[in-house]
Amino acid sequence: MKYLLQRIAFYLFTAWAAITLNFFIPRLVPGDPVQALIAKFQGQLSTQATQSLYVLFGLDKDKSVWQEYLDYWGQLFHGDLGLSFTFFPTPVSEIISDSLPWTLLLVGITTIISFFLGTGLGVLAGWRRGSWTDGLLPVTTFLSSVPYFWLGIIAIYLLTGPDSFFPSSGGFDNGLVPAFDQYFIPSAIRHSVLPALTILISSVSGWILSMRNMMVTVSSEDYITVAHAKGLSDRRVAMSYAARNALLPNVSGFALSLGFIVGGTLLVEIVFSYPGIGFQLFQALGAQDYPLMQGVFLIITISVLVANLIADVAYLLLDPRTRKEG
Amino acid sequence: MTIPTSSIEQVIPGQGSMAQPETGKPAKAKRQRFRFVSNKKAATGLVMLAVYVLLAIIGPWVAPYDPDARSNALIQPPSGDHWLGTTHLGQDVFSQLLIGTRSVMLVGFFAGTIATVLSVLIGVTAGYLGGKTDEGLSALSNVFLVIPALPLIIIITSTLQNAEDWLIALVIGLTSWSWNARVLRAQTLSLRRRDFVDASRATGEKTWRVIVFELMPNLTAVIASGFIGTVIFAVLSEITLAFIGVTSSSTWNWGTILFWAQGQQALAQEAWWWFIPAGLAIALLGTALSLINFGIDEFVSPRLRSAGKTKIKTIDGRTVRMRIGFTPVLSNSPEPHTHATPVLPAATPVVKKEVTS
Repeated sequence: MKYLLQRIAFYLFTAWAAITLNFFIPRLVPGDPVQALIAKFQGQLSTQATQSLYVLFGLDKDKSVWQEYLDYWGQLFHGDLGLSFTFFPTPVSEIISDSLPWTLLLVGITTIISFFLGTGLGVLAGWRRGSWTDGLLPVTTFLSSVPYFWLGIIAIYLLTGPDSFFPSSGGFDNGLVPAFDQYFIPSAIRHSVLPALTILISSVSGWILSMRNMMVTVSSEDYITVAHAKGLSDRRVAMSYAARNALLPNVSGFALSLGFIVGGTLLVEIVFSYPGIGFQLFQALGAQDYPLMQGVFLIITISVLVANLIADVAYLLLDPRTRKEG
Repeated sequence: MTIPTSSIEQVIPGQGSMAQPETGKPAKAKRQRFRFVSNKKAATGLVMLAVYVLLAIIGPWVAPYDPDARSNALIQPPSGDHWLGTTHLGQDVFSQLLIGTRSVMLVGFFAGTIATVLSVLIGVTAGYLGGKTDEGLSALSNVFLVIPALPLIIIITSTLQNAEDWLIALVIGLTSWSWNARVLRAQTLSLRRRDFVDASRATGEKTWRVIVFELMPNLTAVIASGFIGTVIFAVLSEITLAFIGVTSSSTWNWGTILFWAQGQQALAQEAWWWFIPAGLAIALLGTALSLINFGIDEFVSPRLRSAGKTKIKTIDGRTVRMRIGFTPVLSNSPEPHTHATPVLPAATPVVKKEVTS
């Protein structure tokens, strides 16, 4: 319990750091970015938007930085992330809450599948060293070096087309309205197969590799020799003795690498024009929509923190040593 | 605030593999230096990397065309004139690729250097000094570890507007040191109570001298593998930034090529020569760096080396699979497995049949 409380305190601290960072980044922009933006939009910005821009960039002369910082927190607690320029006057929080489920489903499910698949293959590769499984390593090394988005481009190039089963972009067929019915759900699944496969292929290799290395390390422990000596079946030794212990570092690695994975998957969404957070970020970048960018960053960070907390709970359940009271 | 350190020993997922602190004994005598190169994986990786470095240096001189020069040959497939075809403006893709190499390598190595220096400063200091300093520095690196780096880099670079290469490298370097710092801290913790460190402290050496001359040589392999890992990350990040179009469009790198290919519907026009070479260049560079890292890992902990031939036939025609660290057991042996038979230490595999029959 003490362990969990410590972790929660740490995540709260990290969230505070991320939010503070988010507050200060726009204030680093040299010159007068608001004038540049007004010039860029050529009168399409309303006075209200201009005012909120000045506040965002910290150019509001009437307030001290400290006062602005407090206001920023006040807004956050009301769930107010400002107004988006690109979809003016839609609030950023609304755009994010529309696109978040897409990302959570796509990235969440594929990451979990990738973790279990990779760990399973890694157990095999580590345990049966010297067999065909060694051939997995060069292949996975190559695949893990390929940028996610490029793999997506190749997948679109090779597998989509006018008469292909796979659509090349979007999250569902045009003309359908998002709803839980028999038309929308199959369409959404069909659109998510290719992005999901892309993420799966490029992220699975990392798990294979780390699990293999842990298995190799664990295999030479004394308790494995003892298990063999007791005459236990090979499978039992591999699963209940070696894999069980090799899994622990992989679970905490899972938590730590989520940040990397999420970064990569955002790009897959961009390539496939998948209506998730990453695609919103991309559109925000193109339009220099700072409120939306910052909102997306904040929501990604918070999601990663929550996922980390879940992984910590899993770790707690898997490793009895952390459960010790005191 | 105390951060539990139970998970120090993990291998980094996603980015190749890192040195494993708990098995790592990086101390190696100098005369064994060339053993690293004799590792097949490391040698392959080093040769591939050398080719890239060479191209980065001579690229702008050997490129057949100016990468920005337009011509009338629009979207041409590869030919004698244009080895990798042309773009929508008639620019030569091969020249763009060659000239882009320099920017990619510069950003990769510059960011890698910044991150390595930071991680050594923070990780080794935290591990060696301990106490409150350690807690503070560990909390700092854990915060940077958990915040998703790529979105942060994207936000910062887009705020800076049309950032040049060195600025991008700086941003990447400043945000991606935390993993190495964590690994180095763990490794330093295991080193700092060794006899030779105590001895040098007892002879009155200053703290900085103990760190630089006693600890650092023993951390070389960990630092090197961390550096390579960061270079991979930096290269991928830079290309990503260029691909989504937030960096300066005046310099060419492989991401810029992909940015134009994507923006100009290269896919719909079946212009495979426009986006496949750039992606392959990235993947091969990443593979080269990962191979070097595997080499370092296997150098540090020999157990990870791939085993050679493992199937052995016994005299009566049975096949036994030999594995490092295991005592082979003949599964079709008539004896029940529950017998308590003497098993020799793991390091010297013995065919069990000799014992039972």
